[in-house]
Amino acid sequence: MKKTGAQIIVECLKKEKVEIFFGIPGGVLLPTFDVIYDSPVKFVLCRHEQGAAHMADGYARATGKVGVCIATSGPGATNLATGLATAHMDSIPMVAFTGQVATHLVGNDAFQEADTTGVTRSITKHNFMVRDVKDLATTIAKAFYLARTGRKGPVLVDIPMDITRQTCEFRYPENIKMRSYNPVYKGYQQQMKKALDYITKSKKPVIYAGGGVISSNSSKELRAFADKLGIPVTLTLMGMGAYPADSDLFLGMLGMHGTYYANHAIQNSDLIIAIGARFDDRITGKIDEFAPKAKIVHIDIDPTSIGKNVIADLPVVGDAGEVLKELNKLIAKEKIKLNFKKWHEKIRKWKEEGPLTYKNDNKLRPQYVIEKIHEVTGGKAIISTEVGQNQMWAAQFYRYNYPRQLLTSGGLGTMGYGFPAAIGAQFAMPDKVVFDIAGDGSIQMNIQELSTAVQNKIPVKIAIMNNGCLGMVRQWQQMFFKKRYSGTCLKEGNPDFVKLAEAYGAVGIRVNTKKEVVPALKKALKINNVVVLDFRIEEEENVWPMVPSGKPIHEIMRGLA
Amino acid sequence: MTQQKHILSILVDNQPGVLSRIAGLFSGRGYNIESLSVAETIDPLVSRITMVTIADTPVVEQIMKQLHKLINVIKVYELTGSSYVQREMALIKVQAKPEHRAEILRIVDIFRCKVVDVGQGHYTLEVTGDEDKMEAILNLLEPIGIKEIAKTGIIALFREPK
Repeated sequence: MKKTGAQIIVECLKKEKVEIFFGIPGGVLLPTFDVIYDSPVKFVLCRHEQGAAHMADGYARATGKVGVCIATSGPGATNLATGLATAHMDSIPMVAFTGQVATHLVGNDAFQEADTTGVTRSITKHNFMVRDVKDLATTIAKAFYLARTGRKGPVLVDIPMDITRQTCEFRYPENIKMRSYNPVYKGYQQQMKKALDYITKSKKPVIYAGGGVISSNSSKELRAFADKLGIPVTLTLMGMGAYPADSDLFLGMLGMHGTYYANHAIQNSDLIIAIGARFDDRITGKIDEFAPKAKIVHIDIDPTSIGKNVIADLPVVGDAGEVLKELNKLIAKEKIKLNFKKWHEKIRKWKEEGPLTYKNDNKLRPQYVIEKIHEVTGGKAIISTEVGQNQMWAAQFYRYNYPRQLLTSGGLGTMGYGFPAAIGAQFAMPDKVVFDIAGDGSIQMNIQELSTAVQNKIPVKIAIMNNGCLGMVRQWQQMFFKKRYSGTCLKEGNPDFVKLAEAYGAVGIRVNTKKEVVPALKKALKINNVVVLDFRIEEEENVWPMVPSGKPIHEIMRGLA
Repeated sequence: MTQQKHILSILVDNQPGVLSRIAGLFSGRGYNIESLSVAETIDPLVSRITMVTIADTPVVEQIMKQLHKLINVIKVYELTGSSYVQREMALIKVQAKPEHRAEILRIVDIFRCKVVDVGQGHYTLEVTGDEDKMEAILNLLEPIGIKEIAKTGIIALFREPK
């Protein structure tokens, strides 16, 4: 039977087993939304397309499934851009649909026209514009296939309005094959044997793992690998939860706001085993002085990540999970047993010398709040963050023992990400507690989604670390720009977040002192509604430790020590 | 690291927007394009892009990997360093005063090129050859007076084993 383009879009969503998608309609999407009206796939109306993109992203990060969003042409599409770029930088599988003006109007500066594929070309894994209804189903199938395979990422499908009205036979391709796209999953056996050689010859190895381990669902394999060999593990922001924080071998995060001991371990190591991480500048600091004595084994599914920032002594192209499985097999087969006791001893000393800590006095400090969030949620909540100080404190002081527990914009550093991402995650996991750890600056970048959360009874908890300023920038101004707080003061303009929450039909709780923290959190957990917790924290609290930009990572400033 | 000229031959899907993905990759990542030529291959679904870029070895490796990562790129070869033939074509509009006409035609003869247009005060020459030949003829014509020039950029193919 023939179907319209609009019907085909929804049929494709069903074929892909999409449970939910996020977006906002518009003129060119009217035929599509008319079909969505009767669709079994749940549609969530957002209040801004950026929110919709982040919700799809948060859903994808929490579940590992492809997140889906939809926006209209022109401003709808350009509003999606930040969300697409966020997902692209962090390799999050997403499919975004955008409406486009009718094909005969394309290029005429028609009402609400933007060159969407042009605008999003460099911030998506790939994008398509559909020019014939006969190509629609195949294009959508390709979009899902590209999004969830290889190095994952967002794919955009731009659909002109007339295509949604035209009809053709609906046939959904069973298998997608593209001759120009063949991701490599299995590592070369030879390279993996060499990797084990490097490991058995090393005395001071460190595993440096990132988002690739989460994305390939291989945290179990990573744990088996590290524990079997006794190799200490440091994680990137994107990798948090890929290895349990409670393990003795865990070194915490590395890099600019990493731990003293992770950075020293890396700088003194003789072998770095990089797994699904990309030696980003926030990790390496001054690149010429990064891990000067270390050989580097670099395992990544994306060949462009290897050799981009640091030269790998041994490149292994492949999926982190596949490679780790194979390595674990080899280790078992060859009965490899290693002893790094001296190295562990050295690391233990660094841990004693520079523990991750803060001034635990009578003042209301953000680190304390986050430790208490960990406590009251039994360490099992899904945490999303905004960007800045709140993000770093959330990474440092909530101990992540499970993958997909921390949802944060690592690569792009998108303020306004956390709250919509938390909503997306809560839709996917109704039984979990989902906390957005926010700042008073970043929460205001997508605060309109309170309306979406309340309308859908999504009981996300927002913990605002309210210091009345754009804290991370202020911290740098304090340290390097003589406390000239240029453009960073929000206090006089901040809304009353409690009243704001109430205005949206959510619940607001203000917390001014340390002793109110735990009761407020416990109260919030009992409320089956969105709760905005306004923590009035120490205003000049800083994120420690810290490596100033351009310095090698062992020159880490500890602040309190 | 020394910067060197590299000739890349790139097979891509023959689709709208593919060239802009490649150009966008170069501008976005700060690589440079010396010359670029694109046309359909014998397979109408595939185009060949021949590109000349100047970069050091690690950067060229990265460029090739980045190109390959683009979904519409089927294959990327580097020709530099192997055995290949290369050609470039130029149309050169040269001033042709009566006293220079004979000299210009001698040059045309020596370089085995063609006069494709003649006017009161100019000749337009069609020249084909490798980079050295192009440079040589331009050097000779320069003193006579070059009015305009259009070049195709380099195209190249591997030599087959004999």
